[in-house]
Amino acid sequence: MSIIDSLLYHWNVNILSHSLLRLNIWLRAEISRASWKSKYLAPPLKISWLNKDLVTRHWLRGHYANQRHKVAWVTSGAPTELLKALDYFIVYPENHAAICGTARVAVDIMSVAEEAGYSQDICSYARTDFGTLLSGKTPVGKLPRPDLLLACTNICQTVLFWYRVLARHFNIPLIVIDTPFVYHSEATEHALQFVLRQLEQAIPVAEQVAGKSLQERKLKEVGRLSKMATELWLEIIERNQHQPAPISVIDQFIQMAPIVEMRGDAETVDFYAAMLKEVDERIANGIGAVKGEKKRLLWDNLPIWYRLRYLAEFLGENGVAIVASTYTNAWGELARYYDVERGLESLALACIYVILNRSTGHKLKTMQRMIEEYHLDGVILHSDRSCKPYSIGQMDQRDRLIREFEKPALLLEADHNDFRCFAEQQVANRLAAFVEMLER
Amino acid sequence: MAEVRALGIDVGSTTAKIVGIDDDGRIIWHVLEQADPQVGKQVEKFLELAREVTPILSVPIEGEREIGVPLIATGYGRKLVHQATRTVTEITCHARGVFRELGHGGTLVDIGGQDSKVIGISPKGEVVDFSMNDKCAAGTGRFLENTANRLGVHLDRLGEVTLSTVEEVSISSTCTVFAESEVISLIAHGVATEPILKGLHRSLIKRVVAMIRTVGLRPPLMLSGGVVRNPAIPQILQEETGEEVIIPRHPQLMGALGAALIALELVE
Ligand code: SF4
Repeated sequence: MSIIDSLLYHWNVNILSHSLLRLNIWLRAEISRASWKSKYLAPPLKISWLNKDLVTRHWLRGHYANQRHKVAWVTSGAPTELLKALDYFIVYPENHAAICGTARVAVDIMSVAEEAGYSQDICSYARTDFGTLLSGKTPVGKLPRPDLLLACTNICQTVLFWYRVLARHFNIPLIVIDTPFVYHSEATEHALQFVLRQLEQAIPVAEQVAGKSLQERKLKEVGRLSKMATELWLEIIERNQHQPAPISVIDQFIQMAPIVEMRGDAETVDFYAAMLKEVDERIANGIGAVKGEKKRLLWDNLPIWYRLRYLAEFLGENGVAIVASTYTNAWGELARYYDVERGLESLALACIYVILNRSTGHKLKTMQRMIEEYHLDGVILHSDRSCKPYSIGQMDQRDRLIREFEKPALLLEADHNDFRCFAEQQVANRLAAFVEMLER
Repeated sequence: MAEVRALGIDVGSTTAKIVGIDDDGRIIWHVLEQADPQVGKQVEKFLELAREVTPILSVPIEGEREIGVPLIATGYGRKLVHQATRTVTEITCHARGVFRELGHGGTLVDIGGQDSKVIGISPKGEVVDFSMNDKCAAGTGRFLENTANRLGVHLDRLGEVTLSTVEEVSISSTCTVFAESEVISLIAHGVATEPILKGLHRSLIKRVVAMIRTVGLRPPLMLSGGVVRNPAIPQILQEETGEEVIIPRHPQLMGALGAALIALELVE
């Protein structure tokens, strides 16, 4: 990096973004809170501005990342700690795609991929990523070019093919961590060993690209921070066992960005510690995310990124709060597997026990546990057109929730990123009928 | 005639209905028409007619809300009924209407012109589950309408012609578009109209039975909607489910009746 580049980096990332940009984000958040008019929803958490600040600075750093770090693109369930400990700058294409979804530019971007021949049946995150790759379109300014790819099949098999496309496109090494599916309650010993061996084999590849060797001390430090952040996140979402629930799941979808994107950073731990404090303040003051909360729901599957607000308002207006979700829980439930002293072995556990790598029966049990612990009145299962692994089994899960738990359950057809799969009128009608049914 | 105490309007995709009920929730007045794409105009016309039968009827006129009987709107166009006191979905309204008419819970199948729904109703009349088909013409009246056209049979005679034969050809498509091509090819092969029609009815019912399965069949089985006028529908539904099919007195008015009953609660 030249001196001028370096100066520019410090000016933009460390000085400008730490002062002016932060001030701007903070001010805007304060103004939006002060002018908050919703009759049904509490204003966003005060801490929300810091989330925006963290995410904005992350992408700003990303802008310069190629000059300062090695860059790795990884899947959301990948053992990113290994790469963090080697000082990689980490990019999650799924996260970037979700940003495109919330900004409602995803369909415009994924159309480029579709025109190039990628089928509409492929995951809409993958299509968004391919679209950005082919067109350069992105709402975050610029995506840093990867030097290494890390894909873990614990979320789906799609990532395997998706990352092969990336590997070919960038002509860079791809590490695949293949996680055998956990059919029963426990992973078999040989499955764990299989993942562990792959992690061991991944290290020299990552070291070679990074040009440095992995230090145990560093790995422990990153692992410690990951554990702290995931534990805090779990505590935050479990606070929703209180009635009224202090933070709606729809808000959690937004607030979870750092736990995915910046897990292993000290700032992430501070952020969630501050959030927990604010959530506790809300509880102490009896503030609920939905004013006059009457009914409490569970959300299964990914968010519908381009309609978060619509959902929050529609349900809020009817006194309905979504208070628990298998999705936001997925990042919290891993906390128990991170064990600094057990190093790679704990990473292997965290990889293999991801909800999408476990049976549909396990997901049903998770939902049933949540229904009890969070005192829920019903369930919305988002049947996600292009995320098959999360949607499979939902018909049976719905039946069993109704039959065995006597909880109303609605299957809502949509897609996480592709609004062409969202039939506004039909969704509104089903939701309205479901809400009327809850009120009976 | 007794006094109209509450009104319910059901603005569907194929027909629009308005119902007036008395203190006991009995239908004492109704109008049913083909749906006009200009919903506002049709609703205004319905309300004009209602004003003729019930002097006490009064709905907000030019922003003024006078005292009068309440009106609940349901159906796809419900949001377009600006005069309504409230809007309620057709799921809740149909359940309410049919429970009032038949006096028991069970599984209600409503086959409309362009959508269909299955509603699980508890013994107390509450909706316990539902399934809707409103994204695809399969399993709706439109499926038969389209194909009957091809066969040159008038809609009113569909049931009669269908039931006039014991023969049946199997139609494998539940998709309206594909079924149409299948029919064309059968005609080209010289197959008679009646067995084709029977196969088409069965195909429609099979789609409906799949919806019943997602909700779970809680007997008795009840049937409503415009398609009920076609006698082949209840008969084949009975054959396919093995359950006797019960039809309320005004099968097309269940949604509007339910809406009116909810309106009546507002009076009470
Ligand atoms: S298919 Fe589902 S699990 Fe896989 S990347 Fe897409 S959204 Fe994630």
